[in-house]
Amino acid sequence: MSLDINRKIIQKNAYRITKKRNKTAIRIRVPGGHLETKYFPIIAQIADQFGNGSVHITTRQGFEIPDIDYKYIPEINKLLSTLIVGLECSIGVSINNPEEGYPAAGTRNISACIGNRVCPFANFDTTSLALRMEKEVYPNNFHIKIAITGCPNDCIKAHLQDFGIIGMTEPQYIYDKCIGCEACINACKKFVTGALTLHNHKVKKDHRRCIGCGECILKCPTSAWIRSNKTFFRLIILGRTGKKNPRLAATFLNWATEEVVIQVIKNIYALIDKEIDKSLPKEHLGYIIDRVGFNLFKNSVLQNICLNEEIKIAQNLFFIGYQYEKDIFMEV
Amino acid sequence: MKRNITKNEFNLFFNLLNIHYDIFAPVRKKGQGAFSDTDIIYYEKVVTFDEIEWAEKSTYSPKDIVFPVSQTIINFIEDRLFIPNMKSSKPIYILMRPCDINGIKRIDEIFLNNGPSEDFYYKRIREKISFALIECIDGFENCFCVSMNANKNSDWDFAISLDKYRPFISIEIKNAKIENIFHSMVTDASNIAAPEVANKNFEICFPEKNLKKVMLPNINEMPASIYSDSEFWDEYKNRCIACGRCNTTCVTCSCFSTNDIRYDDSQNVGERQRVWASCHISKFSMMAGGHEMRKDNASRMRFKTFHKIYDYKKRFGEEKGHMCVGCGRCDDNCPEYISFSMIINKLSARISADINEGKK
Ligand code: SF4
Ligand code: SF4
Ligand code: SF4
Ligand code: SF4
Ligand code: SF4
Repeated sequence: MSLDINRKIIQKNAYRITKKRNKTAIRIRVPGGHLETKYFPIIAQIADQFGNGSVHITTRQGFEIPDIDYKYIPEINKLLSTLIVGLECSIGVSINNPEEGYPAAGTRNISACIGNRVCPFANFDTTSLALRMEKEVYPNNFHIKIAITGCPNDCIKAHLQDFGIIGMTEPQYIYDKCIGCEACINACKKFVTGALTLHNHKVKKDHRRCIGCGECILKCPTSAWIRSNKTFFRLIILGRTGKKNPRLAATFLNWATEEVVIQVIKNIYALIDKEIDKSLPKEHLGYIIDRVGFNLFKNSVLQNICLNEEIKIAQNLFFIGYQYEKDIFMEV
Repeated sequence: MKRNITKNEFNLFFNLLNIHYDIFAPVRKKGQGAFSDTDIIYYEKVVTFDEIEWAEKSTYSPKDIVFPVSQTIINFIEDRLFIPNMKSSKPIYILMRPCDINGIKRIDEIFLNNGPSEDFYYKRIREKISFALIECIDGFENCFCVSMNANKNSDWDFAISLDKYRPFISIEIKNAKIENIFHSMVTDASNIAAPEVANKNFEICFPEKNLKKVMLPNINEMPASIYSDSEFWDEYKNRCIACGRCNTTCVTCSCFSTNDIRYDDSQNVGERQRVWASCHISKFSMMAGGHEMRKDNASRMRFKTFHKIYDYKKRFGEEKGHMCVGCGRCDDNCPEYISFSMIINKLSARISADINEGKK
């Protein structure tokens, strides 16, 4: 009996068309990439009962269970409801009927490095931010990739996403606690940007060079550098892989607060809706902005946002991507 | 005088004390730890009960009250010198666990009895300082004060225990002036403990054993060979990263450097600062011309070890004890998990093995 499948509907349900005829694969979201083991048995059950007993761990920190017959989709969706309720509804994501599987797949799982639950470098709890953010962007059919990373080491590769969120702290210097040992200066020089110099046996910081990584704080033996009360973020945008023009994301906002970052990302959806090339099956955000221009982007996403006083906003974006041929973007 | 009091009474008492004294106690600083969302505890001026961290040992010792991290010792304009006044003229009480009281007494020797003259800056603040005790019974993970014979102390004017008759605070006052202040408290009956609770007897206790124990080498049997035993010390060449935390958190490290600072716009005006320096931190033993006595981290470790459990006692005598009081902060804070108590034990084992083999 030949199958009659509406590909569009299947894909929105987080299943995909695979290389093997009549077989599909389901993608499971794990916002922030941190999963309680109590969910493992369900994933295992789906793979054992309906797939081939194996699971692929995706780069977006979800699970993909391959080799599933299309006919089992309704049954699998029922099993998935535990995951959807536990991982999505419980954090405020609005999903009308969790028994029907994932309501959208366009906006991808928000990935996050392990953050300050484990990593000493992390400037904040990345997983928690992913959980707070998920409900702001999901479910949504527009293809957006977001990744959150604890510090500018960028272990999650936020530089390859539409939106990369990098945690920062603004180190506060306590003059009277500094012994001039230069540990912070050397660390900043060797590993970061060289924002610190020794002056009169104490430390001077060039704020324009400081990327808020917190390395100086980690190195100081007297706690003369301490973390700022506020956590800040650098929002880097429009990085991408893909065939046409892969490139690293560029800084859009520096020293932004969490509220500002979330608002900006929320605002992007209206712009995409207005500007996306509807003749294509999908168009990545980066190419849309390449087409409509940075100023339009900037004005739309910053609309109605109350900016924090410390924020710095890019005047322009400079991408260092690469091209296969130098005239590839020239039109006839 | 002993009394069990309520938190309200404690706060009233501290309010009165604050009129006459600056009171320093350990304070938890939320989010000020090096790692994000972690705390550190250090000494600050306090007024109320809830400001004080009672449960945990402080990350940094109280020594910076008497020996500031960085201090201006002279201001100069051309050829005229000025000695800066003290920031506060009030006498001071510091609330400390026994190891820290003993620790301050150890650095008293360094600043007041080591060499021909007393240290002017240390002395002028030290004279204002009196001790108050925070009772410590169980200690913490890395404490070894009992082995160092620094677990007890009676040099305090009043002591606070939270463990006797919770939720009441047990306070013992040994100093007449403080007792008078205590008795001058005026409060209504609803604020104070019922007489049968208030007057229940108690004893202030001290730690009698720690989780860590060290064996100390006999200072009279220290074989010279151990100084140059690279097999023993070389382990620390790479393990120690010379971060200096074991020194900066230690209650008895008391080395400093002096730096002259000229204000940018007028090169003839400036100040001389005295700042902490320490054996593990680079440039510590650097001399003019750039020569360093101890460049590698192994010899720095050796230097510290002997200073803490050999040289000091040798210099100041048996009754003064070792410099190290076993507060355990060096072990608490070493990012490389180097345990100083373990070094002491290894050293003792190595020396007694030598003695058994008849080597010298
Ligand atoms: S936060 Fe990072 S970049 Fe800024 S001064 Fe410290 S080490 Fe340098
Ligand atoms: S690491 Fe700390 S003590 Fe050393 S120079 Fe930097 S701020 Fe000063
Ligand atoms: S070393 Fe530990 S147990 Fe001993 S007095 Fe100090 S804090 Fe208490
Ligand atoms: S050497 Fe370690 S245990 Fe001894 S006093 Fe210093 S910090 Fe405390
Ligand atoms: S704390 Fe540890 S790594 Fe740092 S100087 Fe001391 S022994 Fe070395």
